[in-house]
Amino acid sequence: MTTETAEMTTGSHPARKPVQELEEVTVRFAGDSGDGMQLVGTQFTRSSVIFGNDVCTFPDYPAEIRAPAGTLAGVSGFQITFSSHDILTPGDKVDALVALNPAALKASLGDVRPGGVVIVNEDAFGKTDLKKAGYETNPLEDDTLKKYQLYKVPISTLNRKALEGSGLGPKEVDRCKNFFSLGVVYWLYGRPMEPTIDWLDAKFGKNPVVCEANKKVLKAGYFFGETCEYITSAFKVAKATLPPGKYRRISGNEAISLGLITAAHLAGKDLFYGTYPITPASDILHTLAMYKNYRVKTFQAEDEIAAVCAAIGASFAGALAATGTSGPGLDLKGEAIGLAVMTELPLVIIDVQRGGPSTGLPTKPEQSDLLHAVFGRHGECPLCVIAASSPSDCFDAAIEASRIAMQHMTPVILLSDGFIANGEEPWRIPDYASLPKITVTHPTESNDGNGFLPYQRDEDSVRPWVLPGTPNLMHRIGGLEKKDVSGGVCYEPENHQRMTELRATKIANIAEKLPLQTVQGPAEGDLLVLTWGGTAGAAGTAVSRVQKRGCSVAFANVRHLHPLPRNLGPILANYRQVLIPELNTGQFRFLIRGHYGIDAVGLNKIQGKPFLVSEIESKIMNLVATNGGNR
Amino acid sequence: MTTESLHVLTPKDYATDQDVRWCPGCGDYAILAQIKKVFADLGLPREKVVFVSGIGCSSRFPYYMETYGFHGIHGRALAVATGVKAANPDLSVWVATGDGDGLSIGGNHLIHTIRRNLDINILLFNNRIYGLTKGQTSPTSELGKRTKSTPWGSIDNPIHPISLAIGAEATFVARTVDVNVKHLAETIKRAAQHVGTSFVEVYQNCVVFNDGAFEYASGKETKAETTVYLEHGKPLIFGANRDKGIRLNGLTPEVVKLGGDIKEDDLLFHDEKAKEPTLAYLLARMQSPEFPEPIGVFRDVEAPCYEAEMERQLQAATAKLGPGTIEKLLNSGDTWTVSA
Repeated sequence: MTTETAEMTTGSHPARKPVQELEEVTVRFAGDSGDGMQLVGTQFTRSSVIFGNDVCTFPDYPAEIRAPAGTLAGVSGFQITFSSHDILTPGDKVDALVALNPAALKASLGDVRPGGVVIVNEDAFGKTDLKKAGYETNPLEDDTLKKYQLYKVPISTLNRKALEGSGLGPKEVDRCKNFFSLGVVYWLYGRPMEPTIDWLDAKFGKNPVVCEANKKVLKAGYFFGETCEYITSAFKVAKATLPPGKYRRISGNEAISLGLITAAHLAGKDLFYGTYPITPASDILHTLAMYKNYRVKTFQAEDEIAAVCAAIGASFAGALAATGTSGPGLDLKGEAIGLAVMTELPLVIIDVQRGGPSTGLPTKPEQSDLLHAVFGRHGECPLCVIAASSPSDCFDAAIEASRIAMQHMTPVILLSDGFIANGEEPWRIPDYASLPKITVTHPTESNDGNGFLPYQRDEDSVRPWVLPGTPNLMHRIGGLEKKDVSGGVCYEPENHQRMTELRATKIANIAEKLPLQTVQGPAEGDLLVLTWGGTAGAAGTAVSRVQKRGCSVAFANVRHLHPLPRNLGPILANYRQVLIPELNTGQFRFLIRGHYGIDAVGLNKIQGKPFLVSEIESKIMNLVATNGGNR
Repeated sequence: MTTESLHVLTPKDYATDQDVRWCPGCGDYAILAQIKKVFADLGLPREKVVFVSGIGCSSRFPYYMETYGFHGIHGRALAVATGVKAANPDLSVWVATGDGDGLSIGGNHLIHTIRRNLDINILLFNNRIYGLTKGQTSPTSELGKRTKSTPWGSIDNPIHPISLAIGAEATFVARTVDVNVKHLAETIKRAAQHVGTSFVEVYQNCVVFNDGAFEYASGKETKAETTVYLEHGKPLIFGANRDKGIRLNGLTPEVVKLGGDIKEDDLLFHDEKAKEPTLAYLLARMQSPEFPEPIGVFRDVEAPCYEAEMERQLQAATAKLGPGTIEKLLNSGDTWTVSA
């Protein structure tokens, strides 16, 4: 850590304070769900990426839109980690917490590292506020915050003073206080204010009073940080050395949306997205609905079943068809997904997983739909399951799911989760021209001389995708068992066995076309840490930390969960132990044991929260230690 | 490759090589025959037609039509049909459903498909019984009906399909009877020609589990007294001697005898083009035995179609924003460059 004295970039105040240089910082904004914490978090993220840091974010908000103000149930938080190096996961411990009320303080304090900065809105710690949060005594006055750097800022008062004569009513004035707190933190970490000022101009240009008020309190907060006596030092996080290229911020749900549109263009198709609103998947609908000039047809159906069935109809008619949902919706779609398996039509089903069962934890991440995705339908019903491992990876995963679906005539379930769906990270924008086209053929000639055989398969066991409207190739498909080749309804015993095996073979064969599983670290050794989905970031970071300490530990993240990569079995055999951290009770471990007869070690967290790097790191160290220590 | 429009199509051209497996005497045979006839009359190219169905006796329909066909899952035909039509508005989309498939398990989709007014045709074969599962009560079974699942009589109030369709503001609503093949064909033709969702209830006899359910409305001796044929702009007259009519008394219809003081001009005149569905609904409430049941087109009005509106928005967005390119898409939002 270096210390220097710097002049901050904004304003002409002569105040100088010492600046400490840090590699990585985690900030959390916490307040009532109506306090605009998600908004300031997003602004802080924009500012940080434009400054040049690598970032990783984790919005954490309650299921209730407006839980009773001031209570723990209503606390909404937004956590962002920004760094001067490559990061894969939001930080374990919070370096600076902004708490706009006692409930926010109470809910988040346990995550703040000792010695960390705690900025509170002093004005919000009245008797009633404390009572609502369940504090018997005022934590600002007892020893509760002794081990932290506490900054008591009368945010409400300062905000009101700054906006005297602004023309806004008292309620509107108070609504600006989130931008005051943002200003303070901007100063604290030397963030540029311009991106937020530009955003305010663009967003509220038509309402200059609101626009100016927010700008004014943002700056007031910034200058407060600079001039107030008790905030004694600022921090600096240098720009990250990311690979050269053009970047943007992206969340998982945005990346899935962009991936679907891109896949449709790569295949020369319209995109049809049939869905029903559900947390945390709805943003995919919101995003896609904005891109009608890309020939995107969004259909908000009357229910989950109609959503998937409409997508199946659109697929039959020739669109790239997708449906998005979360666990409860995947339950409802089950029968229709079986229909897509039987009719062998392309279909992308996105499951943004959340805590279950039933309504469960709608806004919290979990990885507990894996076995449901692989097995959760009646009958022998094989399909492809793949997982996205980070917000930006959702883009590639959506293209991959679409490609497999259309080229292999199968439903594909793409698993995301609430963590990567809402989390954001910088994304190096790919070059569209470099993305491989998705070749799709729709036969227009008979494959039989005097008719058309809808279940005549090619060398990959794939049946032809003939579109309604094609002369002379009229045919009927449906959920009843099909006669091999001809596709007529058929109840013959041998035929059912043959068709069941053909459907399984078709899916199993896809593994032959998939890339081989890769491993980071030693090709054999004591321990392989094996992950799938959104756990990859924390596990990968944990592994590289222990590798730096000389441990013989390797890391592999599996994208293709069904079928599994064809070289995964031999890879697993190269390690004495396999550790599978996952946000469920051991579903991937169960799958791995079933496929390869390997008893992996589980690390299972079912708290509606992603893994901390340290949790995985200490599990690895335990395993390595009992296994003979470092090499 | 030639297109079908160059050929003169006959009903036979729409037949598939599949054996038709409905019970002998089933009302579905008549519907199938009239569909083929009407399609041939209209010269509907076979490749442009998609028949979609769910589960039930009626839902085997697609297998017997030499068009594109999709036999879906129970109750979901309308959702599948919505996707087909939205993805390719050029197709002529038909749904064959029944009282169980369309009104029970698929009731929600019926309401929502109708309110969206996609340009599709819904044929609801109403036999007031579950046939394929062998004789349980259906949503249109009468109160007190004894079936395998209701040995003491049904205690469910029945749904009246026409009332429901009008309640959802269907733009085309009609009722016809399987054995009146001429009227059946006319009704199917009208449905085909309507732009928007056409809802047609067909009184259809199930010979095995509910034989004679519509005898009152289709029997030679009774039908003149128990049904009244709707004709646009004409008074509602019925009876073997066409000497009875329907008159409005305030908002209540009443059966009156023509002659004496009561003239045709005093009767209720049908207006299928009425903007408000009030009259259509009033007619839908006329049920046997208190009233003759209306047969014919209750309502036929124009309204924008969902798939056309969807396409219009796509084109409006393209006109305003330009055709989307992926380069533009990926490079949207806040971007910044990291140099080497």
